[in-house]
This record gives sequence, C-alpha cells and structure tokens, in this order.
Amino acid sequence: MKLTIPGEELMGHGNLSCQGCGGSLAMRYALKALGRDTIAVIPACCWSIIDGPFPYSCLKIPVFHTAFETAASAASGVSAAMKIKGKKTTVLAWAGDGGTFDIGIQALSGAAERGDNIIYICYDNEAYMNTGIQRSSATPYGAWTTTTPAKKFKSAPKKNMVEIMVAHKIPYTATACIAYPEDFIKKIKKAKGFQGTKYIQVLAPCPTGWRYDPAKTIELSKMAVESGIYPLYEVENGIYKISRKAKNKTVKEYIKMQGRFSHLTGEVIDEMQKNVDKEWELLIRKEEFYGHTKE
Amino acid sequence: MKKVVTGNYAASYGAKVSRAEVVAAYPITPQTQIVEKIASFVANNEMDAEYIKVESEHSAMAACVGASAAGCRAYTATSAQGLALMHEMLHWAANARLPVVMANVNRAMGPPWTVWTDQNDSLSQRDTGWLQFYCENSQEVFDTTIQAYKICEKIGLPGMLVLDAFILSHTSEPVEIYDQDRIDKFLPKYNPRYKLEPSETHAFGGLTTPEWYYELRYKIQSAMDEGLKEIESVGKDFGKMFGRKYGLIEKYRCDDIDTLLVMSGSTASTGKEVIDRLRDNGERIGLARMRVFRPFPKQEMRKLAEDVNKIIVIDRNISFGNEGIFFSELKSALYNENTDIPVYGFIAGLGGRDITMKDIEGMIKKADGKPKDIIWWGLK
Ligand SMILES: Cc1ncc(C[n+]2csc(CCOP(=O)(O)OP(=O)(O)O)c2C)c(N)n1
Ligand SMILES: [Mg+2]
Repeated sequence: MKLTIPGEELMGHGNLSCQGCGGSLAMRYALKALGRDTIAVIPACCWSIIDGPFPYSCLKIPVFHTAFETAASAASGVSAAMKIKGKKTTVLAWAGDGGTFDIGIQALSGAAERGDNIIYICYDNEAYMNTGIQRSSATPYGAWTTTTPAKKFKSAPKKNMVEIMVAHKIPYTATACIAYPEDFIKKIKKAKGFQGTKYIQVLAPCPTGWRYDPAKTIELSKMAVESGIYPLYEVENGIYKISRKAKNKTVKEYIKMQGRFSHLTGEVIDEMQKNVDKEWELLIRKEEFYGHTKE
Repeated sequence: MKKVVTGNYAASYGAKVSRAEVVAAYPITPQTQIVEKIASFVANNEMDAEYIKVESEHSAMAACVGASAAGCRAYTATSAQGLALMHEMLHWAANARLPVVMANVNRAMGPPWTVWTDQNDSLSQRDTGWLQFYCENSQEVFDTTIQAYKICEKIGLPGMLVLDAFILSHTSEPVEIYDQDRIDKFLPKYNPRYKLEPSETHAFGGLTTPEWYYELRYKIQSAMDEGLKEIESVGKDFGKMFGRKYGLIEKYRCDDIDTLLVMSGSTASTGKEVIDRLRDNGERIGLARMRVFRPFPKQEMRKLAEDVNKIIVIDRNISFGNEGIFFSELKSALYNENTDIPVYGFIAGLGGRDITMKDIEGMIKKADGKPKDIIWWGLK
C-alpha cells in the first residue's frame, strides 16, 4: 500500500493535549512533512504545555521554548545560526493565533520583510486557549470567549492574517486544515523548497474552547472548509490558487455544532453567511485575476 | 456585603468599586480571572468602563498611560512575562506622573515555563517609579486597590498591588465589599490638574535637556517621600471609614521582642502562625510584614530594629549576583544608623515551592552565629 502521509512519527504518545485537540494533530502532520532535520521554536501557547513538562518532551526534534511575542524573531536567530554554521536544518516557528495575529505580529512582520529563512506555522484555534479561552484577533465575529461574553460577543471580524502575510510579498503563504492532512503536508513540503519566510496557517479546532464534542474535531474542521469559512488556498510568489473549490455547506451548519456560537440569532447568522459568500467570491476573483483557475 | 471571592476577583471588584474608567489588559495565567471578571462586569453593565482588549501587555500599559494622560482613572492587571513586557511603559507611566493602578500576580519568570509564585517579576520593576504594595489576603487586595488610587492620585505616581500566584490569586475567602456610596466618598472622581484637553495646549514629555531632567527626577523622589506619609494617612482614614486600618508595615506581636522576622505577601500568614506558636513557648519573636516595598519604609524599619538584637528576612526572590532583595534593602536602611545587629537573609520558595510552618521554624532556628549574606533554604 502506498502511504499518502509519511509514516515516520516524530511526535510521541505522551503529549499533554486535551481530547480532540486540533493543535496536536497539526504538529504531528507538520513534523511528518518536515522530517528530523528540523528545530522548532515555540512561544507561549498550548504547545508550551502539550510538549510535556520538564524533563519530558514529546517531540523527537529539538524544541526551543521562547517568550510569547518572539516566535519569529527567535526563529530568525536560530536560522542565522544555522546559516553561519553551514547547516541546512529547517527552522520552524510554531505559534498559536494569539502569538501570531496579536502579540507576535511585529516580530513576524519584521522577519517576513527581511526574508529570514524560516517556516512559520500558525495553528489557529481562534482564541487564547492556553490561558482559558480569551479572544484573539483570530476569533471570528460572533464568537463567545471569556473576554467577549455572550452578551457582548466578539463584534470585530477575524483579522485576515493570511492577506497580511501575502502583502509582505513573501514567496509562499498558504492556509490548511487538519482535516486535509495530505494538502497540509504538501504545502509544508512546498514551503520547505523556498528560501525566505514562509507562512502557513492551519485551522486547528479546540473542543475545550469552541464547546463541542471532542469526537467531532475532524467533522467540524471539514465543515469549516466546506462552508468556505476557512478556505484552503495558497499564494505562491503572488499567484493565488484555491486548493479546494467546492463550497457546499452553510455557516449555520458549521456554527450549530459549537457552543461558542449558541447565543447567535438568525439575523446575525444571515449576516455572517453574507460575509462568507463575499469573501469567497473575492478569493475566486483573486485567483482568476492571476489566470490560474485550472485544478 | 460579604462575598466569597478569590484574590483575583477581589482585584476585579477593587477596580470596579474604584470606578476605573478605562481598563486595558491582556490575559496571562494566573491573572486571567481578573480581566475575565472585568469583561463580564462591563458586558453586564455593572461597570461603566471602556475595556480595551489590547494585543499585548506593552499596549495595555501604553493604553492606560494614554487614558490616564487624558484624565481618566486607568486600570490593568498582569503577571510575570506580561509585567516584563510592560517594562518600558512602566517607566513611562511613572515618569509622566500618571496614577495608573495595576494588580500584578506574582509569578516566577521563565524560562523554564512556570506559573507558580515568586516575587522576581515585580521586584525587577523596583526602579521604575511605581509604588508597590504586597498583599496578604483577598480583603487586602480589595482594600489596597481603593487606597492605591487615592494615594497615587494625590502624589502623581502609579501604583502596583501584588498578590501571590495561586496561594492568593486562586484561593477563595470572604471579602467585605463596602457600600459604593461610602467608597465614592472616600475616593472621589479623578480630576487631575493637567490633562489632554483641547482648551489647554500643553505638550507632555517632550525632549528635556540636562538643564531640567535632573530636577524632574528629584520630584519623583520627593513624591515617593510624600507617598510614605500618604500611605499611612490614607490607611488610617480607610480604617476610620471601613474598619480596617493599613500602614507601611504590619507589626505582628512586635511588643517586647528580641528577634524580628521579616516577610511579605501571603506567606506572612504562615509566619504569623509560627510566631503564635513560638510566643506560646515563651520565645520573644515578632513579625514585620512588609506591606509596602516602594517607597521603602526606612524609618519604620529602623525603629523596629532598635529594640531587637536579631533580624531574619525571608525572601521569595533573588537578585542574582547579590542576595535576597528585601534583605538587601533592609540592611541598607539600617547602615547609616549604626545599627549593629545581625541580619540573616534566607532565600526560600522560588517558583512556588511551599514555605511551610516547619520551614519557617527551621529558618528561625538556623539564624544563629555570624550571619552569612545568603542562605538557601531547602535546596535539593
Ligand atoms: C508576554 C506574555 N503575555 C501573556 C502570556 C500568557 N499567555 C500564555 S499563552 C497565551 C495565549 C496563547 O494563545 P495562542 O497564541 O492563540 O495559543 P493557544 O494557547 O491558543 O494554543 C497567553 C495569553 C505570556 N506567556 N507572555
Ligand atoms: Mg489560539
């Protein structure tokens, strides 16, 4: 049988993630794509805990824990060290959405503008989960978190970090989702082929924070993509390419499964649907603009 | 009204009853509950404040600085890494003479990652010009928030109240929440003399040459001196109004003693138990709980030292390359007064390791003979 996903496991069993954690699956796949010659730089996030307490680490690659706001810049330093030592080791900055969209955006923007040779993967669970579900700028419109209580739910839209990275004109930017591991792995391998800063944002649902049955992580992840809420696409040297074209689920179906949206009324949901449709349309236009519509 | 609340919630209630108008905060364990509670107060219209959910602590403090400069009562809360990230803006708040009040939950600094308590985060901010209050229990957290605004707004400096991670931040105790009317009477609306206001065209914080910068620093020191008096008098007034009196140092059974134990934070409660036990055995020992670290209460410390022949300091912190920080500061306060008594400095409980009654008794017993500069207690 031909495996579509590399067989080697670089993440051990004894990790400390919650049941149904999307972020731990994301790491497992990422390391399968990157292989052993990789160093991970991890800022404060759930993964600071998931990796295991001293003296344990569930990852079979070196891990450098760093301060919350410094994933990209610390990775830039490790990358410079690899360069001067003449090593080809991949430097992976692995951060949550808070560490990427919010407190770490300055460091990431700096690295991207300089073109520092790192792969930056943001596992996006759409809130600060490590500290117990506070909003981040990746939290979608309408969501409940502990700092956006249902009565005053998140009223700003999710920051479009992917487009911010595209605007840096880095060689490769992509979105991914843990329910599509082949696609995710292909994108990481592609990223590895480029010199410079590469950014991949992978949707990694969090049953604890999103309030759904941990058994449904994959189902829900799929639905995020199928509804067009989290479209899979890549931007290679400015050229857009949508990885999965079909859009056949609704916002309603997607949010129905999650407690974090349970307070929303029909009107708000309709509004959300309109926005998703508009964004999807915009993405298709971008792809068309570059004339790369063939699948 | 009495409520059973954690140290964290006591801080949130403190901010609420002090009528903080702008809150800018960023979550970090173990402070998170403070800002979550404030978020719910604001969402439920129980608190009339703008709550800015900033993207970092640096921005949290910068936003508080902006709000305070515009004449609002500003509040934030943080811990460890977050406090360290604020560092630049901590200087800014103090040097701009803005009475921002914040809670810092004492958490040890990483790496390695840790969330448990010690005092190195707040003590590393020693020289930023912030008043620092170390609280022993939830009631004190609540009471000190109110007092801190009153003191800080009077002298024009920011204030930090400090509570131990988990031991205090996550432990529930009954806290008396006073009537809002009385609190409003005690702490009227903030109305600074200078603020960002289109009818007054001041520029704040512009380039200042050596001709005047030096004097501005002198004024901060003078404000700290004033702070010493203000802390005492506000603490006394608070006692008259609400029945709980506060000062710079809490003297616990310090009458007729030959040995003085010096502690701070919630471990001082454990220290008090030890003192009770030893006093029952006829030993002449008392406890000085350092409630205020900045401004440092030199005079009061000297007075206490006059009547004893031995001082023991327990520091849940360390200034690497030197020694325990309370220990250092205390010794230096005594030096110019020719107080020639042995002072023993213990380091204990870093990173949240328990400091038990047995530990404290052990340290007291060990404090004998020629004192060393640093004694590590319970090292593995
Ligand atoms: C300077 C600083 N501020 C705050 C924190 C507390 N903190 C640790 S992890 C975290 C949230 C991380 O969120 P995200 O990046 O989305 O990762 P997740 O926990 O969701 O995996 C926060 C606020 C910290 N460690 N350092
Ligand atoms: Mg997150």
